[in-house]
Amino acid sequence: MSSLRGEVAIVGAADTEVGKVPQFGATVLCVEAARRALADAGITKDQIDGLVTCNSMAEPYMYHAEAIAEYLQIFPRYCISVGAGGGTTFSILHHAASAIATGVCDTVLISMADSLRTGLSREQAMTLQSSTGHPQFEIPYGASVPAYYALIARAHMNAYGTTPEQLAAVAVSARQYAALNDNAQMGEIITVDDVLDSRMIADPLHLLDCSLVSDGGAAVILTSADRAGDFPHDPVYVLGAGEGHGHEHISQAQSLTTSAAVESGRRAFEMAGLGPGDVDVAEIYDCFTPVVLIELEDLGFCNKGEAGAFVEAGETSLQGSLPMNTHGGLLSHCHPGNPGSMFALTEAATQLRHSAGDRQVKNAEVALVHAQGGIMSSHATLILGRERQG
Amino acid sequence: MTDAPVKHFPRPTPETEAYWQGCRKHQLLLQRCQQCSEFQFYPRIVCTKCASQDLEWVNASGQGKIKTFTVVRRPVSEAYAADIPYVVALIQLDEGPTMMSNIVQCDPEALRIGDLVQVLFEDWSEEISIPKFRPL
Repeated sequence: MSSLRGEVAIVGAADTEVGKVPQFGATVLCVEAARRALADAGITKDQIDGLVTCNSMAEPYMYHAEAIAEYLQIFPRYCISVGAGGGTTFSILHHAASAIATGVCDTVLISMADSLRTGLSREQAMTLQSSTGHPQFEIPYGASVPAYYALIARAHMNAYGTTPEQLAAVAVSARQYAALNDNAQMGEIITVDDVLDSRMIADPLHLLDCSLVSDGGAAVILTSADRAGDFPHDPVYVLGAGEGHGHEHISQAQSLTTSAAVESGRRAFEMAGLGPGDVDVAEIYDCFTPVVLIELEDLGFCNKGEAGAFVEAGETSLQGSLPMNTHGGLLSHCHPGNPGSMFALTEAATQLRHSAGDRQVKNAEVALVHAQGGIMSSHATLILGRERQG
Repeated sequence: MTDAPVKHFPRPTPETEAYWQGCRKHQLLLQRCQQCSEFQFYPRIVCTKCASQDLEWVNASGQGKIKTFTVVRRPVSEAYAADIPYVVALIQLDEGPTMMSNIVQCDPEALRIGDLVQVLFEDWSEEISIPKFRPL
């Protein structure tokens, strides 16, 4: 075996309630997501021999995955908590897949959750998240996370003529899907004008250009492709995985308008033996509207500078050429911080299982999921498919 | 009685000490590599281009241009609320490197990418002064 392509499959996937979930703290959300994923896979916890989590901001532990293993009373032979910001979720997936493919473990549970909405005050959540900035050379200047991304948005607008209306179209698209999703935190349809009329947070980003702040957890279960047929649902095979890392702090970025998603996407497509034209549904990180435009360009779905027009033309809707963020995304479904893109993963699994109901992309065969962490800093792309051979 | 919230002070580390001492004296210092002549920011123990450790401190001109900026309308924390609206920017210094700072003494609405700026220093304590920029 010289590639991970087709070696592992997702055989369990589940979300908790999301949004305002005061009845469950972050630890319980992580355990609950795990519990539901186990039920979805039709197995008991004793069949899990690998565990991946990420630390929680609301209820941190020094060694989070070990704490969750203890809570669940499992005794894994592969156990790690990951930190890569929003890209955390997928950056670990190929590590876990490699562990399975090399026989280090058989069945990995990846469960991530946090309680940013009810587990922390607004100020605590903002301060903790903005600590992604450099402590000596960025944080003193008072940038919030929206402000860091606003720097990127303005640069893209200046370079390519991207308009506030085009940024808003990203949020409108996400909300259209959320309106079809009973589980989404926000369900009311919004217009471009609604986005532009919403409170300005950091020019040019309005409130509705920014992701939600949520409670929630999601989990998946991975096992070898050979065993995937033993589970109740259609397997979702991992066909490609790639990472790209350009910087950590935005003031050190080589480019404000092109990111290491170029590399992560290329690497994932190369492993999968596929290209952007093969993708039926894309779940790409939407912490802020400009991020989506840059990712669409960098992943190869449209030319540099043209993503604004692409989204404005409706190409990311269910009727468009690239249905995107079909659960509602971080903008409208939920965003509990580091675990945020886990919901993109469970949604991709749902789409490829053809069980997305009103949100179903017809004949979805191949999904691309992409996450980024820091401030467009680190990127991870996965290509998933219904067929082991892709 | 609760203390007023305090802004986030930078805490110098051994290899950045000289930079912050420069700031305290209202001088922007940049490292320049003696091997390849490249300027770099933030201060490091190695040259980011050629990995040499032969780095010297140079008085920077303090001039640069706005690479990108945002006008923050919602403060990151209570300590910054009094400054609202404030401008966070990336400045490309004339010597080449980019740094983050605030643009002050300006009309935020009138700023544009490419505007020329000049450094000034805000004294936050006996030990720490923070470089900020104003439009030229």
